[in-house]
Amino acid sequence: MKKYIGLIVIIGLGCVSYAQANMDDLYKYYNPQGELTFGAERGKTLWHKKHLDKKGKERACTTCHGEDLRKSGKHAKTGKVIDPLAASVNKERFTDLKKVKKWFKRNCKWVLGRECTDQEKGDILKYLSQL
Amino acid sequence: MKKNSVVFMLMMSVTLGGVSVLHADEGFASWLFSVERKKGVEPVTDAIYNEECSACHFPYQPGWLPEASWQKLIAASALEDHFGESAELDEQTQQHIINFLTANSADKSYYKRSKKIMASLNKDQAPIRITKVPYIIKKHDEIPEKLISKNEKVKSLSYCEKCHKKAEKGIFDDDSVFIPGHGYWSD
Ligand code: HEC
Ligand code: HEC
Ligand code: HEC
Repeated sequence: MKKYIGLIVIIGLGCVSYAQANMDDLYKYYNPQGELTFGAERGKTLWHKKHLDKKGKERACTTCHGEDLRKSGKHAKTGKVIDPLAASVNKERFTDLKKVKKWFKRNCKWVLGRECTDQEKGDILKYLSQL
Repeated sequence: MKKNSVVFMLMMSVTLGGVSVLHADEGFASWLFSVERKKGVEPVTDAIYNEECSACHFPYQPGWLPEASWQKLIAASALEDHFGESAELDEQTQQHIINFLTANSADKSYYKRSKKIMASLNKDQAPIRITKVPYIIKKHDEIPEKLISKNEKVKSLSYCEKCHKKAEKGIFDDDSVFIPGHGYWSD
């Protein structure tokens, strides 16, 4: 029995450190030289900032992800439900670098009309990971 | 009674056996089980396709459009502006998806709905919307707009799964249609 408890503890620790390592990996990816500092406040401002599209309609990250990131969002055009973005309720979030890169690229272009900078991406991640 | 059923089984196996010769290339088992399946459109089994093409809408089965349509839709430049959205993919994923779509496109499918799609298109027609295929237009032309585009729960004919409750299984029979805010569809 003791043996098993030991095993469970090891597995448990393994999971925790794995999840944390992943968020750090993302920060490192967007800040390889270590010269940037990321801040959740700046991320929050960016997240809520409204931009105008070509037709003068407002666009923000909240347009699809909603105001409360612990709840599901809804794709602006297709209406498809988007699972909550907050890592605290959705463990799958920000665990896959390829996925994070892909959606930053697409969504920044859609909202800001350009790609986001590494500084902006790091700030947003800080904000999202603290919700 | 027992004798009857033996005779029946014998008759069945002779009949089935006879048919299976006609389908020898596909194998008897696959023929037997495919009778039901080949009525609709081939369901998607590719995990990468399902992941990448289901984020914004229902993952359309490749059997809804001919190869030429998919080639136009999934070209890298096309994905950058995919109906006003960016659906850009990295090169490797894009290649995987184009291979999957073209290998299973309507022109190569034996499923009934795919055959109907192809029959309704001219040789040089390759629409980039399923909802622009004549067969699909015709099948929906009796549904009033107030149940489709003016229906907040549906929004557009493009969102097949809103009404076709078995869409993901590739089943689109009219008896599995339920229009949100309206009800089952009956003639
Ligand atoms: C037009 C709709 C739309 C808008 C606007 C939008 N997103 Fe998204 N976002 C999506 C969809 C769809 C997904 C992928 C679906 C899913 O993972 O549930 C997604 C996923 C993401 C992910 C991936 C998270 C993960 O690891 O699973 C990040 C990061 C993200 N969005 C950031 C942003 C940022 C930053 C903005 C504002 C600049 C933004 N989004 C605006 C639709 C949108
Ligand atoms: C970033 C969001 C997004 C992603 C990812 C995406 N699509 Fe789309 N797709 C759309 C939008 C928006 C429309 C237009 C819907 C409308 O007109 O209401 C659309 C429409 C379509 C249509 C036409 C539907 C019709 O009206 O007949 C096809 C086919 C299609 N997409 C295939 C794909 C395939 C294949 C993929 C995977 C490579 C994909 N889509 C990924 C957003 C997306
Ligand atoms: C607004 C709800 C709605 C949406 C969205 C919708 N359909 Fe339909 N569809 C129907 C109804 C209702 C019928 C039956 C029409 C009839 O029998 O008069 C039907 C019939 C069909 C049929 C013929 C079924 C038969 O038994 O002959 C096909 C094939 C089909 N739809 C495919 C699609 C595809 C593919 C899409 C998405 C691109 C789609 N539908 C989107 C409501 C919808």
